[in-house]
Amino acid sequence: MKIFAKDREGKETVIEGRDGWTIMEMLRDAGLPITAECGGACACATCHIYIDDGWYEKLPPPTEGETDMLDMALAVQPNSRLSCRLTCSEELDGIKVTLAPE
Amino acid sequence: MSDNPETPIETDVAIVGAGPAGLFAVFELGLLDLKAHLIDILDRPGGQCTELYPEKPIYDIPGLPIVTGQELTGRLMEQIKPFGATFHFGEMANALKKLPDGRWKLSTDVGTEIIAPVIVIAAGGGSFMPKRPPVPGIEAYEGTSVHYAVRKMETFRGKNVLIAGGGDSALDWTLNLAPIAKSLTLVHHRDGFRAAQHSVNRMRELVEQKKINFHVASVKALHGEGGQLSGVTLSGHDKREWHLEAEALLPFFGLTMKLGPIADFGINLHENLIPVDTAHFESQTPGIFGIGDIISYPGKLKLILSGFHEAALMAQAAFHICRPNEKLRFQYTTSSSSLQKKLGVA
Repeated sequence: MKIFAKDREGKETVIEGRDGWTIMEMLRDAGLPITAECGGACACATCHIYIDDGWYEKLPPPTEGETDMLDMALAVQPNSRLSCRLTCSEELDGIKVTLAPE
Repeated sequence: MSDNPETPIETDVAIVGAGPAGLFAVFELGLLDLKAHLIDILDRPGGQCTELYPEKPIYDIPGLPIVTGQELTGRLMEQIKPFGATFHFGEMANALKKLPDGRWKLSTDVGTEIIAPVIVIAAGGGSFMPKRPPVPGIEAYEGTSVHYAVRKMETFRGKNVLIAGGGDSALDWTLNLAPIAKSLTLVHHRDGFRAAQHSVNRMRELVEQKKINFHVASVKALHGEGGQLSGVTLSGHDKREWHLEAEALLPFFGLTMKLGPIADFGINLHENLIPVDTAHFESQTPGIFGIGDIISYPGKLKLILSGFHEAALMAQAAFHICRPNEKLRFQYTTSSSSLQKKLGVA
């Protein structure tokens, strides 16, 4: 599967997603400037991304824990998600995301 | 000038950061009779363990199949108690200077000065600092109109106050400042809160009684002059924008780690990490050591258990600097009565 990820300057990187890995891990390993300071424990809200082009609706809905944690994220929009909560799979092939500001 | 009459303090080792690595360093140094002072910007020990995931279980601490961040911190504090380390909480280490006698002087933002031959940087991802909303020009208002904490409630008396956020801090200060502010508006990105239910209920009552306002919105722009805020542009999810009079803005989005003044300590850094050698965990500046998440070396893993190992080796090297004329006697706590005496168990 492919992830189309835009950084905060609008530059797009195409990342080959690994099944079962989180989108946060893929963004981080691709060298994008995502802080993800708690390392994927849904405890810091610093892996915040926007889901673009209609992909938001295709994702499994956020858990209460993720929704609560998003309250600590900056510049939250209706298409905000925490990328450590999203797992790569074939269904998400072509997903478009943008790093949220920090 | 120091505000603290007891400074400068002279000790063996000054540790920057009281997370698990810094705490266990006290133990390893203590076995070698080295005294330590710790500085941490947080008001309690534990670092990330207590700030980010106090209630989350950790499964990879050797010998502890499951332990929360809070419990691990408590256990470490118990383990290092015999060594009587001194903690300087709520202080940020902000300057490091080499003295003519070869020792270091570490200063904090409240004027504490610690003189020691060995400095250990155990600062993890850096200092926990408030998250700053990405609103253009916000820096210019910080300290005068934009506040990330309430020091004196009186500062907000008679002002139009805007609070942003949806956690306990946002809700608590909404309730506390509502009676003294001229007007109080709370904005959050959703009509739901990550806060104690009774605070949320009370806030909703105040909204119903028209004593405060609540909007599902975010702060888009700040308006004012010379650091004095006069109003803000708010934006709703439907992209509708409107103006609100406000002389004070309080954003509450929790904390994030920033390297901070360590970057100016004169230590060689690589991608905001301190490269160290893996025999001594010393930086490229002699006498300055690094342990835990803030260091880099080939194969480094950001695990708590790695920090423990790094602390043990650092302590051995620190001994040779602090006690150049003494022979280091390596002993086991199981069999050494002198170590057991230090631990208060013999």
